[in-house]
Amino acid sequence: MNMQEARDMVKALRSIDTPAPDGLADSVMAAVGLVDSWTRIDGPIGPLYVAWGSSGITAAEPARDAAGFETEYELRHGRSLRRVAEMPEQLLRQVRKRFEGRHTDGPAVDLAVLTDFEQAVLRKTMEIPFGEVRPYSWVAREIGRPRAVRAVGSALAGNPITFIIPCHRVVRADGHIGNYGAGGPEAKRKVLTLEGIDTSALERLAAGRVRYAGSDSTMIYCYPSCRHARRITANHEVRFHTALEAQTAGYRPCKSCRPLESTPDAA
Amino acid sequence: MCTDCPAQLAGDLDGTFPLFLAHHQDLVYGIALRSTKRPSDAEDLAQEAFMRAYRALAGYDPARIRELHPRGWLAAIVGNLSRDHAKRRAPATTELDMVADRPDTSSPGPERVAEQRETARLWRERLDALPLRYRRAVGLRHVSGLSYPELAEALERPLGTVKSDVHRGVRLLRESIDEEAR
Repeated sequence: MNMQEARDMVKALRSIDTPAPDGLADSVMAAVGLVDSWTRIDGPIGPLYVAWGSSGITAAEPARDAAGFETEYELRHGRSLRRVAEMPEQLLRQVRKRFEGRHTDGPAVDLAVLTDFEQAVLRKTMEIPFGEVRPYSWVAREIGRPRAVRAVGSALAGNPITFIIPCHRVVRADGHIGNYGAGGPEAKRKVLTLEGIDTSALERLAAGRVRYAGSDSTMIYCYPSCRHARRITANHEVRFHTALEAQTAGYRPCKSCRPLESTPDAA
Repeated sequence: MCTDCPAQLAGDLDGTFPLFLAHHQDLVYGIALRSTKRPSDAEDLAQEAFMRAYRALAGYDPARIRELHPRGWLAAIVGNLSRDHAKRRAPATTELDMVADRPDTSSPGPERVAEQRETARLWRERLDALPLRYRRAVGLRHVSGLSYPELAEALERPLGTVKSDVHRGVRLLRESIDEEAR
């Protein structure tokens, strides 16, 4: 082999190098958490824009102008956002399960941009079962801040991951369905109805100042939407206006829905 | 090529990482592809290599980052991952042709493309026929275009050893061509 052939060989070897495919850089940026991704999915009552990063879902809101969504996201999170065709399969499966009321511990949510208090409110709200509602005061009590009922309301109003974190399942104790950022009270009523809740019946109960339902066979009292309360037959159902009334009558609070014990419920 | 990268990475990792990625993705992917032969596996390995690099950089102090030789360092990371990957599964040999499917913007005629593809396939086969040690050294030096000091870092071997491995590998390649010519 002469010099020319040697040079040709080096050239030929250099030419078999293969450039990285388009998209490698994007997937690396997403994997290391320098870029978050978002896409449009079907939500319970309409299309949603959902964003996620390497630690979980970061945002979900009713679809609107895409550029505005991206700009606000980048300002709020300090990370850029790229639109992708689909959510990772596992994440999407968990979101669907949640929307359909099937059991799932997921999806992971990344609430790092919020205060500790806001995070506690939203994580607690994620525990409210599909098809049930709790008052704001319940969330406040559960997170160990029983007097912070108003602050709970503000934290829920700022829920960045609507529908996936079911802030629609938190209602006012006085029977009003309460405010709802993701489309107003009508949207809240609609999504609760889809979960099987008779919102008019709940409002009628609350208007009659009924807060709890008990069973005279088990001597347990619940929130009326608790799955255990809904199993109580009409001839065994006892209605209570306050927790004190139920306890005085010898009833104990349900361990599943954990109704407030004896403090008066604020709105 | 990216001579300021380490200094910039030391000052602002997150801000400089996209540039670092753009400069080195072909190197990392090329090494992964020569090892796995499957484009999808190579993409996974390259992504994993950059994730490890990012996590390592996030933990290094700035002085250490400034001392880095990115190409040799990255080649070592993806090289080690490739070896682990190869231990887990036997490499494919059938998907190699997909590799040349990238559109060429200079758009030569279809016959020319077919010819280039055939030549590339031939050289890949010749390289693959070398013993692993020489294949790796020749690949890093002549396909990826690393310098000898970068090669020494990538293979974690003394400079003299990697030089002699490259020379020996090139000689074996020449012999194989002479063999084909007979």
